[in-house]
This record gives sequence, C-alpha cells and structure tokens, in this order.
Amino acid sequence: MSSEAISSADYIKHHLTNWTYGKFPETGEWGFAHTAAEAKSMGFMAIHVDTMMWSLITGFIFLYFFARAAKAASAGVPTGVQNFIEMIIEFIDTSVRGSFTSKNDMVAPLALTVFVWIFLMNAMDLVPVDWIPSIAGIIGETVFGMDPHHVYMKVVPSTDPNATIGMAFSIFFLVLFYSIKIKGIGGFTAELTMMPFQSKNKVVQALFIPVNFLLEFVSLIAKPISLALRLFGNMYAGEMIFILIAIMFSTGWVMGALGGVLQLGWAIFHILIITLQAFIFMTLTIVYLDMAHNDH
Amino acid sequence: MNINLTLIGQTITFIFFVLFCMKFIWPPLVAALDERKKTIADGLAAAEKGKHDGELAKQRVLDTLKDAKVQAQDIINLAEKRASEIVEESKDTARVEGERIITAANAELEQEVNRAREQLRGQVVSLAVSGASKVLKREIDEKANEDLLKDLVAQL
Repeated sequence: MSSEAISSADYIKHHLTNWTYGKFPETGEWGFAHTAAEAKSMGFMAIHVDTMMWSLITGFIFLYFFARAAKAASAGVPTGVQNFIEMIIEFIDTSVRGSFTSKNDMVAPLALTVFVWIFLMNAMDLVPVDWIPSIAGIIGETVFGMDPHHVYMKVVPSTDPNATIGMAFSIFFLVLFYSIKIKGIGGFTAELTMMPFQSKNKVVQALFIPVNFLLEFVSLIAKPISLALRLFGNMYAGEMIFILIAIMFSTGWVMGALGGVLQLGWAIFHILIITLQAFIFMTLTIVYLDMAHNDH
Repeated sequence: MNINLTLIGQTITFIFFVLFCMKFIWPPLVAALDERKKTIADGLAAAEKGKHDGELAKQRVLDTLKDAKVQAQDIINLAEKRASEIVEESKDTARVEGERIITAANAELEQEVNRAREQLRGQVVSLAVSGASKVLKREIDEKANEDLLKDLVAQL
C-alpha cells in the first residue's frame, strides 16, 4: 500500500532494504542507517537488526514449542501440539535414518533445527508484505519521531543472504571438520586430489593431481554456496513477487481486488515453496554430512 | 543485500539453536518416542499372547466339556443298565413270590376242599343213613343194606 507520494521503484527499494545498524565510514560512529545508500556504505561493519530480530523470534518460537514438548514427553498418549511435534520429530528421524548411514548424535538435532527454523523464517513470507513494515513505520514515526520512509523492516530472514550463507557455512565447517576427523588429513586430501582421474602410472597420477583438485575443490565449494543461494534465491524471488503484486493495491479498486486474489494464490503456492526449501536444505545437510562421514 | 556482520550473528545464532536442540529437545523426545514404541510393541505382544491363551483355554473348555459329556453318557448308560437289572430282578422276585403265594393258596384251597369234602361226605353218609333208617324204620338189615350204602358213599 504505497502512498501516493512514493513511486513503485521507491516502494520496492524500501521493501528490500534491511534495517541496518553499523559504523558510519565518514564519522566512525555507530548508528542506524537512514537510507539504503548509507547502509551500503557501512560495508562489513554493520548488522541487519531486522534479520537478527526475526530469526531470533522464529528461532525462539521453535525452541519454546519443542522444549515444552520435550519436557512433557512421555510414553503415554500424546495430545494436541505434543502430537504434532512428535510427528515432526518422527519425520526428521526417518529422514536422517534414511540418508545418514554413520553414527553421529549431532546430525538429527541439526536437521531438526535446520528444518523447523528455516520453515518458520520462510513462513514469515506469508504475513502480508506490508503489515509488519507498516506497523514498524508507525512505531518509528510516533515513538521515535522518524520519517516512516526511512524505517526499514525486512521480515523474512531467509531473504537476507547473510542468514542463509551463515547457516550454509556453519554446515560447511561441520562437513570439513568431520571429513578430517573421520578420514584424517591425508584421507581428505586424497579425496580432493586422487579422484576422479586415477592412473596406475605414478607420473600420470601426479599430472592428474591439479586437475582432480580443481574439479573436487569446485564441487566442495559448490556445496555451501548452492545450499545458501538456493534458499536465498527462492525466498527472495517469492518475496519479490509478493511486493510486485502489492503494488497493484495502489492502482485502483479493480486492480486492487485482482491483486488480492493474486496475493492469495501466490501465498497458497508459496506454502509449498517454503516447506520444500526447508526440506531441501535439511536433506542436503544430512547428505553432505553423510558424505563427510563415509570413505569413497 | 549487503554481506556484513549479520553473517556472523546468524552463524552464532544457528550454532546456539543447534546446541540447545541437541541438549534439551532431541534426546528427551526421541527417548519418549522409543519408550512408547517399546510399550506399544510390548502391548501388542501381550495382546497376541492373551489371544493365544484364550484360544488354548477355549480348546481346554471344549475338551473338558466333551469329556464331561462322555462321562455323563457313561453314567447314564450304567444307571439305565442298573435300573433295567433292578427291574428284571424285581420282576423275577415278584414272579417267584407270586408263584409261591399261588402254590401256597392252591395247597390251602385243596386242603380246605378236601376237608370240606370229607366233612360233607361224613354228613351225607350220616344223613343218608338217618334218612334211610327213618324210611326203613321197621326193619333194618344192616347187612343187606351194607353194599347199597358202600355204593352210595362211593358215588358221593
């Protein structure tokens, strides 16, 4: 519901800018960025407050419900929320048992966290795009006396590449850690350099090493990058479509009504995407860790 | 779309969530699920066993019932046999007794008849003698009439 005063481009840009707290490069002081350009100028020394806030909120919702279920867990007959949560646990447990062949007590809780947390972060996309930013604008204007156009609130943490890359690199770190722990540095290096081209001749094998390393290193690096960018790309594109449809609300009754129908349709379709992306992230996490645990 | 400290913040958050989940959420839930699985399996096994036991008991009841029926039939047969024996026995006894009574009665009757006949015979003789003596008052020749009297007595 962009007001008459701002253009569609401004509206989109406003929606895609994070609420940023960081160090101003000119003055060296810390503070909130007032514009997208200011946020950009802060470089690495900045933090997206909205991403952190919403990811923490969704994360704590996850922890709250699951911890409560864990406390109430018994061998008796489960009811209501307990039942639902045990269903999710069962589902994760089955997935992990199906894809992960080694023994590691960390993988299943990791998969559970990945699945539920990403699902909840993605699900923030289903809140109509303008609700939370508008409320944030009103609060910013009335409580802090800010210009509402300079109050930024991006509510879907998984549309922030920082969130997805952060998670993907944590998993990548675990993959490296377990690869080296299980196979040893020699084994891991051999995996990177002795495949896929092999030869009985030692000289030819030596020549193959750089080629193998190039191929294997790229495929190794591709794991976290693809993991992060797949989730980010899907959620970003999904949110972008919500924003684009939302522009229709400002163009009159007929278009607005059509926009409402489109929003609903896209939201229903998006339920599939948010679940699927959470599931893919989880499954790939399990598969990558399984590969780290197994010698080829 | 800027890459910045949020990356590190998110990494820390993620690690915290995973650790929390690993410590406090996953183990109790999975333990409860496993325990329930075991309880259900035990329950099913117990039910299966109960069913089996029930079938055995049913079979036993049927066997017992069959035995009882056979025994009852035996007892009834025995009783019937005994009853018919008793009836036969009493029939025999009764017949023997009846015959005895009849024989005794017959003997007595014969005795009575004989006695009565003797009596009657004596009376008739004396009557005949007295009648004849009255008719033949004047002359009695016992000698002459002796043969006549003997004939008369023999005719009675």
